[in-house]
Amino acid sequence: MSTESLRIVWVYPDLLSTYGDRGNALILARRARQRGLPVEVLEVRSDQRLPSAADIYLIGGGEDGPQALGAQRLTADGGLHRAVAQGSVVFGVCAGYQLLGTSFFAKGSKYAGLELIDISSDRGETRAVGELAGDIDPRLGLPPLSGFENHGGRTHLGPGVSPLARVTTGIGNDGATEGAWRGKLLGTYSHGPALARNPALADLLLRWATGMHQLPAIDDTWADRLRSERRAAVAAVRP
Amino acid sequence: MPLRAKVASSVSRTAAALSRAAGRGDGSVIGGWIGLKIDPDLLAHLAAGRAIALVSGTNGKTTTTRLAAAAVGVLGRVATNSFGANMPTGHTSALAKAGSTPYAVLEVDEHYLAQVLEATEPHVVALLNLSRDQLDRAKEVAMMAQLWRAALVRHPDVRVVANADDPMVVWAASPPPSHDHRANPPHVTWFSAGQRWHDDSWVCPECGSTIQRSGEQWWCTGCPLRRPQPQWTVEDDGVLDPTGAWHKVALQLPGKVNLGNAATALAVAAEFGVRPVDAVSRLASVTSVAGRYAQVEKEGRLIRLLLAKNPASWLEAFDMADQAPTLLSINARDPDGLDTSWLFDVDFAPLRGRQLLITGDRAYDLAVRLDVNEVAFQHVRTFAEAIRAVPPGRLEVIANYTAFQDIRAELDRVN
Repeated sequence: MSTESLRIVWVYPDLLSTYGDRGNALILARRARQRGLPVEVLEVRSDQRLPSAADIYLIGGGEDGPQALGAQRLTADGGLHRAVAQGSVVFGVCAGYQLLGTSFFAKGSKYAGLELIDISSDRGETRAVGELAGDIDPRLGLPPLSGFENHGGRTHLGPGVSPLARVTTGIGNDGATEGAWRGKLLGTYSHGPALARNPALADLLLRWATGMHQLPAIDDTWADRLRSERRAAVAAVRP
Repeated sequence: MPLRAKVASSVSRTAAALSRAAGRGDGSVIGGWIGLKIDPDLLAHLAAGRAIALVSGTNGKTTTTRLAAAAVGVLGRVATNSFGANMPTGHTSALAKAGSTPYAVLEVDEHYLAQVLEATEPHVVALLNLSRDQLDRAKEVAMMAQLWRAALVRHPDVRVVANADDPMVVWAASPPPSHDHRANPPHVTWFSAGQRWHDDSWVCPECGSTIQRSGEQWWCTGCPLRRPQPQWTVEDDGVLDPTGAWHKVALQLPGKVNLGNAATALAVAAEFGVRPVDAVSRLASVTSVAGRYAQVEKEGRLIRLLLAKNPASWLEAFDMADQAPTLLSINARDPDGLDTSWLFDVDFAPLRGRQLLITGDRAYDLAVRLDVNEVAFQHVRTFAEAIRAVPPGRLEVIANYTAFQDIRAELDRVN
């Protein structure tokens, strides 16, 4: 941790917040406080400088125009690149996941991404809308991913990056894999408040940020019920 | 009316009546659907000869339509789609059923505004607001504003009554620069109905710069788009009209948001020449709107139903609800949108400190949200269980679309 409190930056909520993305900041802050960790959440708008000394950066989903603008401003600002070089955690969702890579498509054109991880995104023939589930990379030691996806992109992973999960329901990157991670950077197509359904993933980000190998257990009754209810709903419609 | 339209209109009325008689619905959609099959121009034929107002927006359109119809009623009979059937089939049914009327006030689904403008050639269009609503299906907010704007450019003669507090609406109602050379710029009357929800209008739809806000004012930091001076505003428990006269508004409907809807309704009626002083008393005749705000007594509980279908309308529902035990019910079926992410766009903190119950297909999504929000709650499986869990007296129920319909069915109400 950089200072006496855990600093979480929600990147550009004015541009990249379409689907309840605020949830991820709220969930991380709450789970940290429940462990007695002091937390500071900063919402940094796109007309402000991005601090480079925070512990966790959250980048949410957005429409095409704001996504392209967001990538442009993040590149010009340079704060996120400095933060990553210093070992900060980055969690990108949907448009915020795509723009971490080398390139993405918006408004029919190809845009340069931040080149923080080795992925590139283009357009799929159909829009992926619906439940998304998958088995997470065993090296991360997490239970299955559960989420909802809504995107038109398809993402291709280069050799320097690992898929977050193998898809069991939905499309994710390409129908086979979903999301990506390298070091302390992690991205997913599970959109909006992705951490609501994946408290263990939230804790992984907190562990990465704090360097703690284990966090005290907290009551996840409601998240567990939500996960099993969603698992049953997905199983019921699976062919 | 051409013969084909007469036949279509008559068949449409018959089908609607049959549908009602068979208990298959209120007939407000099926009749129009059959009529339009026989004569695709039926809506245009039925609209001809009437002075029409269209009311569109993400939220408040059903209520504003009811209030505006009451206000325009000062002048004569008004046809209206008061069941909230707000697509062309519903408009066709409503006009066919009403027979010949000098006036019509129609609620229009925001996606269909261009089409209905084309078919009905209205005298006035009221634009209420645009915010995120069922994003896994609906068009995103900026795209919707663009569609509205393009439709209005094609109809320069229609008068517009628009919300000065919503940057997306103001932009949609203002002509693009290339059309400024027209002899008569569009006639826009601005009202201020407040905007509790700002999260869809931080980015200027004209130039992409940041929109700044201070108090009720807002302005773009990169181009001339800014809040126009409204002619109709809400002040205390009344409405200020463009002459500066204040009219007390006594509504049967709760909340500040409905005062804003009343101001809009009076502004719409004024476009037909109705004086607010003549219309204002009629607004109190509106009690429940398609079951919304309806109060039902059951087992000693006075139950009030509030519909909240997207983040902006949840904030408004919290404002309307009394400090009393409250039940929240959430589904995510097709009409609701399959995605529950929006729950994290709503701050449920105003509900802290009251007895709070939750239910619905997606109660667990709500449970996780409330837990993060540090709002205490109790989960119940059925509406009956909810009633038993609260003491006799007021029970506020806030539900999204199909959850609302489920509870209405359970209360055995058919409006």
